[in-house]
Amino acid sequence: MNKLFTVSQSPHIHSDYTIRKLMLGVIIALLPAFVTSLVFYGVGVLIVTSVSIASCIAFEFIIQKLILKTETKISDGSAIVTGLLLAFNLPSNLPIWIIIIGSLVAIGIGKMTFGGLGNNPFNPALVGRVFLLISFPTAMTVFPKASGFNTPYMIPADKMDALTGATPLSLVKECIKSGNSITELLNINNLNYSDMFFGNIGGSFGEIAAFALIVGFLYLLIRKIITWHIPVSVIAGVFLFAGILWIFSEEGHNIINDSLNINMPVIKFKDANQEIKIFHMADPLFHILTGGIMLGAIYMATDYVTSPMIPKGMIIYGAGIGIITVVIRVFGSYPEGISFAILIMNGFVPLINRYIKPERFGEEVKNG
Amino acid sequence: MLKTFAKGGVHPPENKISAKSKIKDLQLPETISIPISQHLGTPSKPIVERGEQVVVGQLIAKNEGFVSSNIHSSVSGKIAKIDNVIDSSGYKRKSIVISTEGDEWDKNIDRTDKLITDFSCSSEEIINKVIEAGIVGLGGATFPSHVKLSIPRGKKAEYLIINGVECEPYLTADHALMLEKGEELMVGIQLLKTALKVDKALIGIENNKPDAIKHLSELAQNFKGINVYALKVKYPQGGEKQLIKALLNREVPSGGLPVDVGVVAFNVGTTLAVYEAVQKNKPLFERIVTVTGKSIKHPSNFRVRIGTPVSDLLSAAGGLPENAGKVINGGPMMGKAISDLSVPITKGSSGILILPESESGRRKVRSCIRCAKCVSICPMGLEPYLLMSLSRKNLFDRLESNRILDCIECGSCGYICPSNTELLEYLRSGKATVSQLIRTSKK
Amino acid sequence: MSSVVLYTIVSLSGLGVASAIVLFFVAQRFKVYEDPRIDQVEERLPAANCGGCGFAGCRNFAEAIVKSDDFEGLYCPVGGNETMEEVAKILGREAVAQEPKVAVLRCNGACEFRPKINIYEGVASCAIASALYGGDTGCQYGCLGFGDCVLVCNFDALQMNNDTGLPEVNDTNCTACGACVKECPRDLFELRKRNKKDRKIYVACMNEDKGGIAKRSCSVTCTGCTLCFKICPFEAIEMNNNLAFIDSEKCRLCRKCGPVCPTGAIIEVGFPPRKEKTDDDVEKSITSTIDNPDISDNDKNNKSDN
Repeated sequence: MNKLFTVSQSPHIHSDYTIRKLMLGVIIALLPAFVTSLVFYGVGVLIVTSVSIASCIAFEFIIQKLILKTETKISDGSAIVTGLLLAFNLPSNLPIWIIIIGSLVAIGIGKMTFGGLGNNPFNPALVGRVFLLISFPTAMTVFPKASGFNTPYMIPADKMDALTGATPLSLVKECIKSGNSITELLNINNLNYSDMFFGNIGGSFGEIAAFALIVGFLYLLIRKIITWHIPVSVIAGVFLFAGILWIFSEEGHNIINDSLNINMPVIKFKDANQEIKIFHMADPLFHILTGGIMLGAIYMATDYVTSPMIPKGMIIYGAGIGIITVVIRVFGSYPEGISFAILIMNGFVPLINRYIKPERFGEEVKNG
Repeated sequence: MLKTFAKGGVHPPENKISAKSKIKDLQLPETISIPISQHLGTPSKPIVERGEQVVVGQLIAKNEGFVSSNIHSSVSGKIAKIDNVIDSSGYKRKSIVISTEGDEWDKNIDRTDKLITDFSCSSEEIINKVIEAGIVGLGGATFPSHVKLSIPRGKKAEYLIINGVECEPYLTADHALMLEKGEELMVGIQLLKTALKVDKALIGIENNKPDAIKHLSELAQNFKGINVYALKVKYPQGGEKQLIKALLNREVPSGGLPVDVGVVAFNVGTTLAVYEAVQKNKPLFERIVTVTGKSIKHPSNFRVRIGTPVSDLLSAAGGLPENAGKVINGGPMMGKAISDLSVPITKGSSGILILPESESGRRKVRSCIRCAKCVSICPMGLEPYLLMSLSRKNLFDRLESNRILDCIECGSCGYICPSNTELLEYLRSGKATVSQLIRTSKK
Repeated sequence: MSSVVLYTIVSLSGLGVASAIVLFFVAQRFKVYEDPRIDQVEERLPAANCGGCGFAGCRNFAEAIVKSDDFEGLYCPVGGNETMEEVAKILGREAVAQEPKVAVLRCNGACEFRPKINIYEGVASCAIASALYGGDTGCQYGCLGFGDCVLVCNFDALQMNNDTGLPEVNDTNCTACGACVKECPRDLFELRKRNKKDRKIYVACMNEDKGGIAKRSCSVTCTGCTLCFKICPFEAIEMNNNLAFIDSEKCRLCRKCGPVCPTGAIIEVGFPPRKEKTDDDVEKSITSTIDNPDISDNDKNNKSDN
């Protein structure tokens, strides 16, 4: 009786990498940020995150089983990661029904219409987030004041002014419109860099704690889940471009002139009422520590499916995201621009992949 | 700092279970079947007929053309038939089947173990002996060695590289050879240097074989122009192009041969075969084969006559394990799975690996998630995910412009892919179709 | 009307007129002259763009046929003789009628006849499996059952039967374009002459192993026993490499070979069921056929049917 052997093509052994392990690594990397936001924003964080994850999983299951009638692949963990990242982009007091709509758009439109995991050109969590931002602008831009575990989840309308606060970026936008100095603004509102780094500021609960996000970044690097190219080039892009603009702004040129004893020019422009205004800009360190730069650079822009495949291409992609973010923040009407910047550069990724090729072996004869 | 190649590479678990096993002679098989095509190039032409008596080392098939090889009988006995018999390709192909009777060798062969260090042959004489002995690359590629030794006009060889790397997990045949036949190897290297007219030889050995490195380094001190280098353990360090890059920092140009950068590389097994052919008049009819696997009772390195069925090797290693799921001719990264244990050992078989049932099944295939791991580990700088996609869609001109012909089929991409996509299958299929299209368009 | 609207209308209309003039001159300057008959011929073609004629699409075939002097090697298998006659009328030439053909799968090794001897785990594609090894059965010449042929058929004439593991040809839809012949890595498809009522007699086997070995892999294999070869009164059967082949051009559908095949490798399609014959009848029919080779059992049956 001959035993039936298996015949298949080589290789006959396989490494330990599976999709589930990679997704699990991302979830673990996000835990420090999750814990930090729990500390600052309390129970709202728990509610938003769990609703987001649960509805993402549910929608993926329903769409795969009932509409597409294929086998369900929720066990690979990608729906959980989409839900988690979507949640991190939302204010911690967002009503449940809005979160569910966001999940439906993220999974249904952002991922499943293109053919499921691996086929979508745009980051699904960002598709959901941008949809919510444009459809429910007030709900998405009203953030509670961070008061630890006492932060209420649902804020009644009469207490809105007392219990909600603006994010540093929206404060800066207001300030620029009114023509005041940003340095004064930061002093008045007690905004210092240490707060911005450790998370004691307003914003979507996932983006506030730069420190926790960086810890997660180091974990991802050690586990070899992502490489350094995209996060570093996004942050460097923001820093350098914002830095260049800042040098020619009121705040920046003052500091540089004072410390280096030179006379740098400052940008002046005419606004809609034909008045001459001086260009105000927050410093580049402020820019990288506030808003969603850290979250976007480390977790959203590095999404496998929607980012370039070659390191050189990744750097171009990251730099593009950085520059577009600063442009939207400074010259656009939104205070925060990274979500749009990432989606715009996602559109360029097939072009980058087509024309940026890896260094081939045997391109030229090298002598030893 | 150990040398290695810079681009790509993976680190599969080494599992060199049979490393401590000394080379054992296998009991002579009852029948052998020798395929007439066990080398790259034109199949050989049988020159014997059914019923003829042959002795060990007798020529039974002659090379057909330049890129072809002689084949010699590995047992003495009677030719049973010349017929289509299953071989390691998975198909039945023309083979010479011999029933063993005794162990009578050709009278010209020196059967003693005496080490013969002196030689006075010229380069042409060595090459002729290599042609007569039917020596092909024993590393697995089975390229006729005399073709490599005949440097084409306009090119010059500066270095000889001896490949003692054995980067495939589980296999230890070359390791055992380097430990036990070190002195013969040195003479073989001298012969090859004379044949190629070079004076510098480099031996590359992976760092997981420290005893072999030490042994050969000591021996090499007695010779001028032979140096041993330890290399970092990384797959596929043993690939010709990667080895040349690691040792000499030269990259063989795309579509070119190692001789284009002044290098010729040979496996240690081939080097020993050259020694035996020139000094002992012994043609190539046996080789060292590793039989290994986690559930094998006695993982060993055997000296096997060409044509021995795999079942004989398994019996000598303690029998086929109960839970055997896959039988692989070669290593786990590039070897070929076989389903019939009567498949014969050929000149290119370096090992037989048994994988248990728990490790034989293919994991679930998911869609590509574009994680770019395959791109980062490809030693040739290709984009396997793109080549797979183009191959599925039959976009052959884009396949060619994306350098599919550079693929060395090492299997690193299939090994690392988190989605278990069938990368190597589509890459091989695309490569075969593109080469065929190029060949037919040139005609 | 405000000045803005006036300026808009004038400038856009001016732009439109200017573009139209430029396009007209460019079209005239770079016009390619094409024989008007090419369009006429293309209209008559079935527009399947299947490549069965050997050209890349119906338009290329139309160009080739207008340019050539005769119809040598130019035939559209999908349109058939009717289409070729219409095309011939346009070009003022004679169309040579060709025998209609149909694709036939020369393998009957269904799962019940061919036991599996190993487990295949790889891409479910015939081309890829065939490149790897002989297959998961003992017969390395037989159908692999992954359906590459089904995917490549443009006319919905092939369907995989999941019980037998073999593809089945739909004779009505098959246009004999030859796509499946090219695709099958085992060369199992053959374009055979189409007979009336779609009747066929063929050897459903490509196994070249010796009889004993072949039978171990598949119970309906051709063993090369030559019984059919010996009994055929029209010399329509050839023996090569332990395999019989019935030439469809020479075969007269006399049905003598089917009953003598010991394994059932010869398949007859489209015939009425045989009567139960006694030994006397068999003797009589063999003798009468040898004396009168032009009259076959089939003709006798036809006479009684009509």
